[in-house]
Amino acid sequence: MMEKGLHDIENLTREDLELVLQTSDTFLEICTRKVKKIPTLRGKTICLFFIEPSTRTRISFEIAAKRMSADVINFTASTSSLQKGESLTDTVKTIMAMGVDLFVLRHSAPGSSRKVEQVAGVPVINGGDGPHAHPTQAMLDLYTIYRHKKKFQDLKVAIIGDIFHSRVARSNIFSLTKMGVDVTLCGPPTLIPKEIEKLGVRVTYSVEDACRNADVIMCLRMQLERQQSGLFPSMREYIQLFRIDDRRFALAKDDAIIMHPGPMNRGIEITPEIAYHPRSVIEEQVTNGVAVRMALFYLLLGRGNEEITD
Amino acid sequence: MKKLLIKNARVLSPEDGIDEILDIVIRDRKIEKIGKRLTGDETMDMAGLVVCPGFIDMHVHLREPGYEEKETVYTGTKAGLRGGFIALACMANTKPVADNRATLEFILNQNQKAGFLKLYPIGAVTKGQKGEELAEIADIYAAGAVAISDDGKGINSCAIMRRALEYNKMFHGPLIVHAEEQTLAKDGMMNEGLVASLLGFHGIPREAEDVIVARDLELIASTDSSVHFAHVSTLRSTALIREAKKKGLPVSAEVTPHHLLLTDTAVKSFDTNTKVNPPLRTLNDIEALCEGLRDGTIDAIASDHAPHTFEDKDCEYSFAPFGISGVETSVPLMLTYIVKKGVLTLGDFVRKVSVNPAKILHLPLGTIREGTEANLTVLDLEASGEVDPEIFLSKGRNTPFKGWKYTGRAVYAIVDGRVNKIG
Repeated sequence: MMEKGLHDIENLTREDLELVLQTSDTFLEICTRKVKKIPTLRGKTICLFFIEPSTRTRISFEIAAKRMSADVINFTASTSSLQKGESLTDTVKTIMAMGVDLFVLRHSAPGSSRKVEQVAGVPVINGGDGPHAHPTQAMLDLYTIYRHKKKFQDLKVAIIGDIFHSRVARSNIFSLTKMGVDVTLCGPPTLIPKEIEKLGVRVTYSVEDACRNADVIMCLRMQLERQQSGLFPSMREYIQLFRIDDRRFALAKDDAIIMHPGPMNRGIEITPEIAYHPRSVIEEQVTNGVAVRMALFYLLLGRGNEEITD
Repeated sequence: MKKLLIKNARVLSPEDGIDEILDIVIRDRKIEKIGKRLTGDETMDMAGLVVCPGFIDMHVHLREPGYEEKETVYTGTKAGLRGGFIALACMANTKPVADNRATLEFILNQNQKAGFLKLYPIGAVTKGQKGEELAEIADIYAAGAVAISDDGKGINSCAIMRRALEYNKMFHGPLIVHAEEQTLAKDGMMNEGLVASLLGFHGIPREAEDVIVARDLELIASTDSSVHFAHVSTLRSTALIREAKKKGLPVSAEVTPHHLLLTDTAVKSFDTNTKVNPPLRTLNDIEALCEGLRDGTIDAIASDHAPHTFEDKDCEYSFAPFGISGVETSVPLMLTYIVKKGVLTLGDFVRKVSVNPAKILHLPLGTIREGTEANLTVLDLEASGEVDPEIFLSKGRNTPFKGWKYTGRAVYAIVDGRVNKIG
């Protein structure tokens, strides 16, 4: 799998995803140990190349790398030469001249992780490229679902909110449909990407319809800045139409779980009661994220280096 | 004065009803004689080659003045000659914008110094191409413009467009429309549709083009002023133009090679050389454009040559400028993928790149006649090769066609009797 880096889910197979899930189990166990450290990536240097702000993804990757004994460089755009007008190509070349084994890239521009890999010649993990893809989030979501449901066949997942601007939604559509999950998208028509039904998903504008009999309800962050661009009339109206509350969550199956990639706007896309509901797995997603990212580092960089559990 | 004899060539001039093996004698820049078994002082045996009326690329960007690092009149016209063209018409989006006599005269002066081929500048419709106030259109024509256009930007104001159409009736050139409704196209990187949805790009919907074509056709009907639609890219706008022509409106249209040969799936590579405006569309659109070419709805093929530096395009897709360096690849690609594949006959292709552009821009070209200046393009339909941007004469090497194989290209461009061999 992932000949070099990891850029999106679209180009992976079901077997690739299953391998990541299996490998993640091992690393989740490591994360529960008293001493959460293994030497698998000793001597490897990973650059966390974050051109766009991020908290959880960056920290999650950093913890994952450090637990595997990699050296980690944190690059943030606000303090870099990119601010002085240096091109992405030249910045990457400069970093490569100092010796880096893998990049994790967060960038606002779709496709930028491929661009970095072309220049760097080492694997790049896409940590989110604009609205295009967020493959590690999709993998940790898949892993979280699997840990609760133990299967994918016949599962119904509803993804609700601003699908248009969501890399999380795009990557989840690919990972879930590859595993045979029945996916329903729901949001205002102005926030549903054109022709997205062609990917084998169902689109509805009724949140009740989306929630009914769902096994998983996945809320997306409403990007508050989008309100300015007039894609929907007001936050008030959005809340009335799409917020997941007790009443709507009750339409789902009795054992349905609620997910959210974070950061949450409590009270907007989800009520606090639902965010902290016993069947909310939002914090667990964060925990699983570290294990999944360790698994990916291992698969891309660590195999053949040393035994996982040394 | 020596007589140059072109011998044994297939002479193909649709406008003159000629398609046979003939000899041509050129003397003192002009075609002196066309016939069989002619004699001359110097002979070029062109057996196996096709002599056509000189090709005109009616839509190029030469970037000078203002963006000389991307292209100059010298490099752009030299590249045009290599592409098989004897004439180019260059757009007004220079810096400063060609909305004034001085800039147009400068461009023509630069071409006189370069001396490769004929250059016909197109002036801006509005001052600074801002779409707000009419440029001094009379002065622009007086300086040598053959048409007016704000190409690169759509004219959003209906009132300005109507006024421009009315005013332009005084002059001989068409108003060339860049059909793009700017509020719909805003932030768009590629065609709106499934591929844009997958890649997370804002799309440029087809309607951004279609509504302007529809609007302008309404305005033409009321003003009776002639319009030429540049780089038509959608099924619907092709249909609208077809209907307008049936009604007898004074309208013409062009299509580019890249809109005929590439779909928006090419953007999946994130290759910034696939970023063009209007964007690459879908197979449905391509089929409609081909049908439009066949039935005469689309009059011309033009490259929309838009050179950029390597650095301009060596960046994230979202930040790259729009455009393809196309003047050197247009003819070989069209001969291979449009003529050889049977979309157009060779004669119809010659209409699209010579006869019709000459008519639309009112140029004394597009024919092979005794007594007229000898402006000819000579094709070798068997010459094969592949697109190699490293050897482009244009400063712009931004092409998505790198490595594309072709069979057929121009081997001579004869400009006012001067023979240029194309290597």
